[in-house]
Amino acid sequence: MKPKLTQYEQQEHLLIAEMVHEQATVLDLGCGNGELLELLRERKDVNGQGIEIDDEAIYRCVQKGLTVFHSDIESGLGEYPDKTFDYVIMNQCIQEIFEIDLLISESLRVGREVILSFSNFAYIQARLELFFFGKSPATVALPYSWYNTPNIHFLSIKDFREYCTLKKISILREIYLTNWGQTRFWPNLLATNAIFKITRNDKHGHISHISGDGI
Amino acid sequence: MDNLNTEALVPVATQLLKWEQSLTLECGAALDSIDIAYETYGTLNASKSNAILICHAFSGDAHAAGIDAAGRKGWWDSMIGPGKAFDTNKYFMICSNILGGCRGTTGPSSINPKTGRHYATDFPVITVKDIVAVQKILLDHLGIDKLLSISGGSMGGMQVLQWVADYPERVLSVIPIATSLKHSPQQIAFNEVARQAIISDPTWKNGHYYDNGQPERGLALARMIGHITYMSDKSMEEKFSRHLKKERLGFSFDADFQVEGYLHYKGDRFVQRFDANSYLYITKAMDYFDLADQDLFPPNRRFAVKFLVISFQSDWLYPSYQSRDLVRLLKTRFVDVTYCEVPSTYGHDAFLLEIDQQEILVNGFLDRVFKGAK
Repeated sequence: MKPKLTQYEQQEHLLIAEMVHEQATVLDLGCGNGELLELLRERKDVNGQGIEIDDEAIYRCVQKGLTVFHSDIESGLGEYPDKTFDYVIMNQCIQEIFEIDLLISESLRVGREVILSFSNFAYIQARLELFFFGKSPATVALPYSWYNTPNIHFLSIKDFREYCTLKKISILREIYLTNWGQTRFWPNLLATNAIFKITRNDKHGHISHISGDGI
Repeated sequence: MDNLNTEALVPVATQLLKWEQSLTLECGAALDSIDIAYETYGTLNASKSNAILICHAFSGDAHAAGIDAAGRKGWWDSMIGPGKAFDTNKYFMICSNILGGCRGTTGPSSINPKTGRHYATDFPVITVKDIVAVQKILLDHLGIDKLLSISGGSMGGMQVLQWVADYPERVLSVIPIATSLKHSPQQIAFNEVARQAIISDPTWKNGHYYDNGQPERGLALARMIGHITYMSDKSMEEKFSRHLKKERLGFSFDADFQVEGYLHYKGDRFVQRFDANSYLYITKAMDYFDLADQDLFPPNRRFAVKFLVISFQSDWLYPSYQSRDLVRLLKTRFVDVTYCEVPSTYGHDAFLLEIDQQEILVNGFLDRVFKGAK
């Protein structure tokens, strides 16, 4: 387990906290040491719980007074009834899950809305590294080498938006992060990370059109 | 701070509640009076909001913590005491010997007031529900309406779950450890083999052995079987490997290997402190226990009881899947439940031995519940 949060992670946590309403019920998949759940409890007074596979991380969570379930993420959702939670959060874990399609679908079942974040594989630095140097990209947001990365899915913002269209998932909100803050322009080229808020409940949905969408 | 110091020096003494009313048991029979042996540690606060009940496992007793007059340490002393997992500077701890036991609370070895002789097998068949009903009598006597928490491992965990099923309004939180909603056929099978070891000992005499001494061979054999199930393949390898008791093989049927010596020693020690009929009655209660399906939570009831469920990786007697089944049931009912499978090689014994991890979990969990309770 990583001992301390990077600035990136802290920024992401604050943005996710903004997306959650007061006293919501929240399930954090892959909650790690529980920093995000703790933040959500402090800022939004949420009724939160987490699922985490690492036992040391579970101890840290319980010490923080959090409700956590020791399990892998994939087998942890089946028993929850539909719409148990206001939000299911998948913070930087969708790249690592084998059956991610199934997991997103399950998350949309047990949560009214799903908030997920991931690193953008089509970020310009990644493109340049692959194009000019012929090397698998290793960036600040994707800090691994090919032999030790936990990521098994490499997706871009465009990939994910197409996925939502294909699966009839409504995008409620999207935030694109760069090294210098948020961007609205050419996110698929300029953003290192993305945060999406999605739902299966069609009445809230919209399809946003952002300039530079095609890049 | 005063009681911190005195507690360490003054030996703890088991107290006795003589309850002189009739209690009708699940089987329909009634007991006219019941003795309840119990110990307490720490101080009950003015609002009586810091009481925690500890339920002992199959062969335990009321002496859970501290040192008694004979110099004997409590069976969970590593978990209960000042600054420990169950911190007696903060919490008031109670532990009683179970109904059917042989360590002060009424059981088959007690004198039947109607006949003036030992109950033996005239003692009614008891259930975990009856055991918990007797614990409730004790709490009523102590004037405690609401328990901050109840905890116990193995059969102690069954009592914890039975409390939630029968008296949910009397508990704020529970910590069932290495336990199950019901015994699997494998668990029943081990108990039956142990019971048959006792019953087939000719000195058992249908349980009426109190004038001539108890069936020591059968009881020791039952305990030896039990000890095998409490350990794991790995913990036995680490503890004994194939080490010999003497320098070379004896080419006889005496115990050659250290593991054999260990089992013999454990069996022989056990018959000094445990009643063979209690073994039969208590294992039966464990096998009858079944809170699966809707018995733990009737479907129309909402629950505010918070759960901390702990299991251990190498425990094959009460495997983790049984704890996960419990957690799954709780999730479907929106119950606040924290679950941890603690890595351990100790097998089922881990709930008595993996102290550091349990301390972190229990401390953190109780802190949260206690803050909410005040």
